[in-house]
Amino acid sequence: MSALAVKDLSKAFGGLKVTRGVSLDIAPGERRLIIGPNGAGKTTLFNLITGELTPDSGSIHLFGQDITKTPSRQRPHLGMARTYQIITLFARDTIIHNVLLALLGLSTARWNPITDIKHQGHLVEHGRAALERVGLAAIAERPLSQTSYGERRRVEIAMALAQNPKVLLLDEPFAGLSIDERRDVHKCLMAIPRDVTIVMIEHNMDVALEFAERITLLHFGEVIVEGTRAEVVDNPRTREVYLGH
Amino acid sequence: MNSTMSLRVFAIIIAVAALATLPLWMGGIYYINVASQILLYAVFALGLNVLVGYAGLTSLGHAGLFGVAAYATGYMLQLGYGHTESILVALLVGVASMAVYAVLSLRSTGIGFIMITLALGEILWGLAYRWISLTGGDNGINVPKRPAPFGYSLSNATNFYFTTLIVFLLVVVVMAIFVRSPLGAALRGTRDQPRRMNALGYHVWAIRFYACLFSGLLTAVSGILFVYYTQFISPQTLALTSSAEVLLMVIAGGPGTLLGPIVGAGLVVIVKTVVSGFIERWNFLLGAIFVAIVILMPDGLVPGTTRLWRLATRKRAPVAAKTEGAP
Amino acid sequence: MNFWLVLTVNSVTFGGLLFLLSAGFSLIFGLMRIPNLTHGSLFMLGAYVGATFVVGLLGFKLNFWLAAILATLAVAALGALAERLLLRRLPGDQLAQVLVTLGLSFMAADFCLMMWGGDPLNVATPDGLGGFVRFGTIAFPMYRLAIIVIAALVAIALWLLLDRTRLGAMIRAGVDDPDMARVVGIRVSQLFTIVFALGAGLAAFAGIIGGPILSVYPGLDQDMLPLALVVVILGGSGSLLGSFVGSIIVGFIYNFGQALLPELAYFVLFMPMLLVLLLRPQGLFGRHVP
Repeated sequence: MSALAVKDLSKAFGGLKVTRGVSLDIAPGERRLIIGPNGAGKTTLFNLITGELTPDSGSIHLFGQDITKTPSRQRPHLGMARTYQIITLFARDTIIHNVLLALLGLSTARWNPITDIKHQGHLVEHGRAALERVGLAAIAERPLSQTSYGERRRVEIAMALAQNPKVLLLDEPFAGLSIDERRDVHKCLMAIPRDVTIVMIEHNMDVALEFAERITLLHFGEVIVEGTRAEVVDNPRTREVYLGH
Repeated sequence: MNSTMSLRVFAIIIAVAALATLPLWMGGIYYINVASQILLYAVFALGLNVLVGYAGLTSLGHAGLFGVAAYATGYMLQLGYGHTESILVALLVGVASMAVYAVLSLRSTGIGFIMITLALGEILWGLAYRWISLTGGDNGINVPKRPAPFGYSLSNATNFYFTTLIVFLLVVVVMAIFVRSPLGAALRGTRDQPRRMNALGYHVWAIRFYACLFSGLLTAVSGILFVYYTQFISPQTLALTSSAEVLLMVIAGGPGTLLGPIVGAGLVVIVKTVVSGFIERWNFLLGAIFVAIVILMPDGLVPGTTRLWRLATRKRAPVAAKTEGAP
Repeated sequence: MNFWLVLTVNSVTFGGLLFLLSAGFSLIFGLMRIPNLTHGSLFMLGAYVGATFVVGLLGFKLNFWLAAILATLAVAALGALAERLLLRRLPGDQLAQVLVTLGLSFMAADFCLMMWGGDPLNVATPDGLGGFVRFGTIAFPMYRLAIIVIAALVAIALWLLLDRTRLGAMIRAGVDDPDMARVVGIRVSQLFTIVFALGAGLAAFAGIIGGPILSVYPGLDQDMLPLALVVVILGGSGSLLGSFVGSIIVGFIYNFGQALLPELAYFVLFMPMLLVLLLRPQGLFGRHVP
């Protein structure tokens, strides 16, 4: 059974078809890279998979379960987590608070109007563990407003990891990072255990190619090429639409 | 960190002690009544702040809810029911009205939310003003007697003040607990990043709905205090101006803070009652304060002053930490 | 028969007044995306200033129409000033802008109370329009019919302005998409000032024209603002046709409601607005959701 199976997914905004019959079949534990030029519909595809957008047609299965009609807010409860290309964090709060919010989202404790959030012992522990994994535990109490861009990227990842997902969707986790920061992020991605399936959108080829096992190339909302790293890189159509320029 | 903590505890003790002994050192019934008004409006402002400050939803129809609870109390008493039944029914009516408000207005946020709540507030005002057989129209409803729980008569100013103070302190404690709770954190999350909260597994609408009910409950509590304080309720209490006034309290003091709405209530009530004795044009003054705060101190007096204070005492930790945090 | 006809004429008259009031409100809403909560105050200010000119200032009594024009210009200038000095400081922050207009409405109401006191001011019907027009057995007050004509003329003038002039084209572009308008080189901020002044002037004009039938009193602002709001939400913001149709609808609902269901008059008035907000938030003729 595949971890994530997308069949014939289509979406149009007005007359503009941004996703045209996209199908993906991602095995458990796989590292899948999705590439494609700007406007290829990569982020839209993520939004369809997470349910933030409703597809016009097609279906999405998570470990065999049809989640096409499942409200997006319930999908994290089924083991799906994502990060955002444009950093979407809680800027007024501390790093640990951001991660706690991610943990609370899956905990029934989120309806608790009484206990101090800092006294949710096991949650705080889990939050610190997630920060440990991305190397931010030492500055957990720092307000987000006092962190660097690279640290924020890692907070994004820590929030997703904290939810202990089975399928993790990473939207350009290396965007805008310096070489050193890229190495940090790369290190925390490599450390993610194999029971987590990862789908990643990335522009930055040198880091991403190293990470991925299979690659899907999207162009104008369609899957153009799919295969192993070598197959896709060697494919002339890849060079044509993507690596050519 | 520890010294500011103990400083805060010390300040709270002083403030509570000052409030508890107020009738002793504040000469005259007039000033005790002003203090009661500040406290009951502070409860109202804290209730509105749940939405404006913590949920990021600006309501311009809260006077309608405040008034509905007050009218419900007055009407029940007029029908001959006791105080307990009247108060319970008023709380229920207040929260139920808020539930209707919420179902209708939570379809949008921002300006849309303002306009729907404004429309709802106007509907309630219109009903109070024109549905004369129920509300008495412009003549309003009189509440001849204040209650005397356990034989403690609230008809004198000092006793009423202490009762209001107890309710106020209770509300402050409840608010302080709520703000620090997971649900409070979730609510602030829906204010700052609703889309992210949804993607993290939260039911954003439901969280906002519960926040509305909580806000409605506090608003109803303050409405009941109000009707017992003035022993009279008329449509004017539900007018847009009244909604604007309580919003002014929240915005002026500092939305999303615990102290802000209390300070705001103090400011507005003092300008309305005390300063109006010296300056006839207090409404003009209120409007000018409103405009000045929105333009010059958009996060309100309490956060604004705190910021100035930090600047003055040179506790500029944030800047230092920033350079150190960079890789 | 008589009763219904009179009620109908009154409804259309009131609708005409509402159109004058709400056309500007709608343009401001359409362009700046904010409900201008001073709009009722501008109406009241226009009415007071105009009435003062008519009653006589420093011994000079002005002709009604001259007074109307002067009051309109004065309030338009005030509107431009408020936009330039205050709203301009909060670009893009619609919530703060709404709050500023709310604060200004407090100030304006109190200012009027200080200048003109608490007693209602009655404005005499302008010369030559005090009589009645007879149709068979029914007599209509001539001034009410005149209001309908004036409102129609203003509607045509506004339509020509928006549809046939360069300024109108820029306003329409701004209403459709302010960012795009900015990109193609329209100075949107200038446009804000012009539209705010135009809206303020129209509201003031409505105030003085309405003076002889509504009279002028403290609280007039609070009576008119919600009506403008209902009109624009019904019709849709930024749409002239929307304000026109909305005004007539509200004119009828208001007058018939008052006459037939006095206890529920306001309920009947605000209910349609609520329904539109919920079912068709862009309004009957509007293009975007507030």
